[in-house]
Amino acid sequence: MTAMSRRITTEGRISAKEVAHVARLARLRLTDEELERFAEQLGAVLEHARDVEQLDTAGVPPTAHPLPLVNVLRDDAVVPCLDRDEVLAQAPEVEDDRFRVPRILGEAP
Amino acid sequence: MSTVDRDRPNPSTDPAWEIVIGLEVHCELRTATKLFCGCRNSFGEEPNTSVCPVCLGLPGSLPVLNRTAVDYAMRIGTALHCRVQPSQFHRKNYFYPDMPKDYQISQYDVPINADGWLDLPDGGRIGIIRAHLEEDTGKTTHVGGGGRIHDAAHSLVDYNRAGVPLVEIVSAPDIRSAEEARAYVDELRAILVATGASDGKMEEGSLRVDANVSVRPAGSTDFGTRCEIKNMNSLRSLGRAIEYEAARQMALISEGGTVAQETRHWDEGGGRTGSMRSKEEAYDYRYFPEPDLVPLEPSEDWVAAVATSLPRLPADRRAAVAEASGLPAGSDAVATVVRLGLDHLVDAVVSAAGPPDAPSVAVRRLANEVAADPEAAASLDPASFARLVGMEAGGALTAAQARTVLKAIMDRGGEPEAIASELGFEAMDVSDLEAVVEEIISAHPDEWSRFEAGEDKLTGFFIGKVKAATDGKADLKAASSILRNRR
Repeated sequence: MTAMSRRITTEGRISAKEVAHVARLARLRLTDEELERFAEQLGAVLEHARDVEQLDTAGVPPTAHPLPLVNVLRDDAVVPCLDRDEVLAQAPEVEDDRFRVPRILGEAP
Repeated sequence: MSTVDRDRPNPSTDPAWEIVIGLEVHCELRTATKLFCGCRNSFGEEPNTSVCPVCLGLPGSLPVLNRTAVDYAMRIGTALHCRVQPSQFHRKNYFYPDMPKDYQISQYDVPINADGWLDLPDGGRIGIIRAHLEEDTGKTTHVGGGGRIHDAAHSLVDYNRAGVPLVEIVSAPDIRSAEEARAYVDELRAILVATGASDGKMEEGSLRVDANVSVRPAGSTDFGTRCEIKNMNSLRSLGRAIEYEAARQMALISEGGTVAQETRHWDEGGGRTGSMRSKEEAYDYRYFPEPDLVPLEPSEDWVAAVATSLPRLPADRRAAVAEASGLPAGSDAVATVVRLGLDHLVDAVVSAAGPPDAPSVAVRRLANEVAADPEAAASLDPASFARLVGMEAGGALTAAQARTVLKAIMDRGGEPEAIASELGFEAMDVSDLEAVVEEIISAHPDEWSRFEAGEDKLTGFFIGKVKAATDGKADLKAASSILRNRR
C-alpha cells in the first residue's frame, strides 16, 4: 500500500494493470471490465488524495488513528477459551484435533 | 539447487573474502496470555484448546493489547540500549494456512524500540536496528512425504500459538563470522532471560533465528546481495548454515555467477540451504495501519520504571567480576562465571576479604572445576567456597590440594578445613619447607651452581624435586621464592 500510494501521488491515476496486481494479492478474480471500472473508481479516490495533498500540512503531526486515544491496554489475565469441539465443528476438515488443510505449496514467507 | 563441494575450505578463515551477517531473532514473550486476547500462552497444550474468536480471526472480533507484553518489549529494548518510542501497529497481509486472519499484526515504520546495541563478551559491539512487537502464527504439521512440506499429502494446523506475543530483534549487518553469530545469539539469549521476558528455549521454539548472509571481497565496503536463511533450530545449525551459505555464495561468484536475493531454507539432515520458492515473486505485504488498535505511547514514568527495574545484565556482571578479580572482562573465565550464574560466589570471596589474589583464584576455580559440574555448583555453599579459596590464595593449600578439597565439597559437602585435615593437607610450615629445599640443594650441587650462575630454567628441576619429596603437600609458590632468595 505504501509503495502504491507513492506511485499514485506522482502519477495521479491507477492503471488496470495495477488493479490486477492488487486483486491478485487479495486473491480476487476480476473480469477485464471490472478491472477497468475499479481503475476508474480507485482513480477518483486517489484524485481526492491528491487534492488533500495540496494542503499545507507543515507542522501538523501525522495522524496514526482517527480516535483521540492512545494506550488501550488490558491486564495479562487468562480468560476461558472456546470449546475445541465447537471450534473444529466450523472447519471443512479435521484430523487429530487439528484443522486439515490441502497440501501447502511453499514455506511461509 | 546448486551443489557445493563439502571439502571446500572453511569460509570463515579464507582471507580473500569477508562474510556479512545480520540476524533476525524472534523471541516469544513469557506472558500468561496472548498478545491481543486472553487465551493462555503456554507451550505443549492439547491442539486448538487455547483459541478464541480473536486469535482465530473470526469476523467481528477485536484485538486488545496486552500490557505485560508491552512491558516485556520495553524491557528488551532498554536492555539492548534502544530508544523506547511511541509506536503503532500495522497489518502485514499475506495468505498462509498458519495465519487465520490472513494478516499478521506487526509493527512497521515506527517500532516500539529502535537504534540500540549489544556488547559481546569478547568486546565486539553489534548494532540493533529495531526490536518490535508482533504476533506469532499457528503451528503446521505436514502429513506424508516424511513430514517435509514439499512432499506432504496435506497439512494440519494447531492455532494455540497464533497470537502469542513475539519481539523481533533485528541486528545491523555487523556480524562477520559464524562464530560471532553464535556468540551474538548466546549473549542475546542471556539478556532476554535476564530481563524476564523470555525463557530463551531455542529447542522449544521460544527463540527463532533467521540469518541474512552475504559475502564480499575482503577490504570492500559495498554489501553483496544477501540471502535470508531460515529454519535453524540450534546454535550449531546456525553456525553450519552460515558457513554453508557463505561457501555457496563464494563459489557462485568465483565461477562468474551472481547471487540471487532470495529466502533459503536450511536442511539440517542434508547440511545445505535450498531455495524456498520455485517462482520468485517479491512479496508485497501491503502494510497499512491496524485500524483496530490505537497508538502506543508509553509515558516517561513507565519507561523510567522499566529501566530501574531491570536486573544487572550479563555485560555489567562481567565488568563487575573483571573488576573484582583483575582478570580481563573479555576473558573466557570471566564469561564462563557469568554465563553459569556463579558470580555470587565471587562476591562471597570478595566479602570474605581474604588475600588480595583470592578473587582471581576464585574465578579460576569457578571457571574450571565448578563450571564442570553445574549441578553441584548450584548447591555450593558460598561461605565454604570463600574459605577454601582463602586457604589456597593464602598458601595454606597448594593448587592441587585446593582442587581436591573443592571436589570433595562439591561431591559430598562439608567444611574445607575439616576435609583438608582429613586428607592430610596440613600446611607445611615454612621452616620445614626450607629444610626440604636445603636437603635438595645439597643432594644436587651441580644443578645448584648452574642455577646460581643464572640458569633460570632449572627452577623447574628443583620444584619437581620439592614436589616429589613432599608428596605434593608443599606450597610450590613458596618453594620457588625460597629458591630465589637462597640464590
